[in-house]
Amino acid sequence: MDRLLNVMTIFSGVLLLFVLISVRRAHIRVEYSVSWLLAAAALLILSRSRGMLEAAAHRLGLSYPPLALLLVIGCVFLLMFYRFSVIISKLRDDNIALAQRLAILEYHLQNLRGGRPNA
Amino acid sequence: MTPPTDDSLLIIVPAYNEEAAVGGVVRDIQAAMPGTPVLVIDDCSVDATHSVARAAGARVLALPHHLGLGGCVQAGYKLAFELGYRYVIRVDGDGQHDAGDIPKIFEALRTTGCEMVIGSRYVDGDDPPTSFVRGLGIHFFRMVLRPILGKPVRDPTSGFVGVSQAALQVFSKSFPLEYPEIEALVVLQRRRFRFVEVPCRMHPRTTGRSSITAFRSIYYIVHVLLGVFVNVLKFDQRRKP
Repeated sequence: MDRLLNVMTIFSGVLLLFVLISVRRAHIRVEYSVSWLLAAAALLILSRSRGMLEAAAHRLGLSYPPLALLLVIGCVFLLMFYRFSVIISKLRDDNIALAQRLAILEYHLQNLRGGRPNA
Repeated sequence: MTPPTDDSLLIIVPAYNEEAAVGGVVRDIQAAMPGTPVLVIDDCSVDATHSVARAAGARVLALPHHLGLGGCVQAGYKLAFELGYRYVIRVDGDGQHDAGDIPKIFEALRTTGCEMVIGSRYVDGDDPPTSFVRGLGIHFFRMVLRPILGKPVRDPTSGFVGVSQAALQVFSKSFPLEYPEIEALVVLQRRRFRFVEVPCRMHPRTTGRSSITAFRSIYYIVHVLLGVFVNVLKFDQRRKP
């Protein structure tokens, strides 16, 4: 159990570090880094707080406390994937609308420059 | 800019890597509908689709990157709506639709008052040969759509469609992006719009390959089925009769 919790501590520490470096280098926008930082911090706290982990496992009816940690990780990341799916969908819609608008404006511009008569 | 007349018609041809077929498609349309403007929407082809279409006498709306069929067709609908066209007929750029049937679709659009006219391969009751999986999919969607649309539709996957200005207005704001034909029917039904099918011929594809392979047919069915039910659940977009 201790080995698993230690691995989780290292993993969450590395995740925190990666996210902070990515924000600093502007690879991730600050607003999108918040979810990752919160998730990594929650993992770090749970993996270092045996009492909190055992209480959570007890409430969830799990006999092996690290399972509670894995359950929390799963739920947190599912929620994050959902959030990013919403964001990606909106970006895709915006992207399509912009591409269509650009094509239509170019079409009008060509007509103004004396291309073929309008359709 | 020439203002479109009351019966103004624009024919749109969505095309992606169709250099071998699109020139013939444009010329066939011009022969069937002399004087009617033809707009090829080039979905960022990597071949000579753009120049071939222009050389054949079509206007070209060039998309800056590949959007897929729904985004490509919607771009044409948006432009047609902005230019004030009353009717738009879509003809695929692969040469499978017979341009000789365009006058029938146009006539049905003008005389029936329906917001959509579908050029149907099956309206006479004869099912032309198609792959087993595709045939199964068409039968399946006929059954699914019958209660939703309130009337039977023989060829729900046909891309040979004409739409009125009212439908153009709707589609320029909301149009399915992937495999749009079936979902578009449900979008129109939600607004109490009407459609009619007219018999049309379909030629076998002579160049290129269909994007819907046997494996993708399964994905197609699941994707479209989900899209249909999502549209059915959009109560807020229903138009009062």
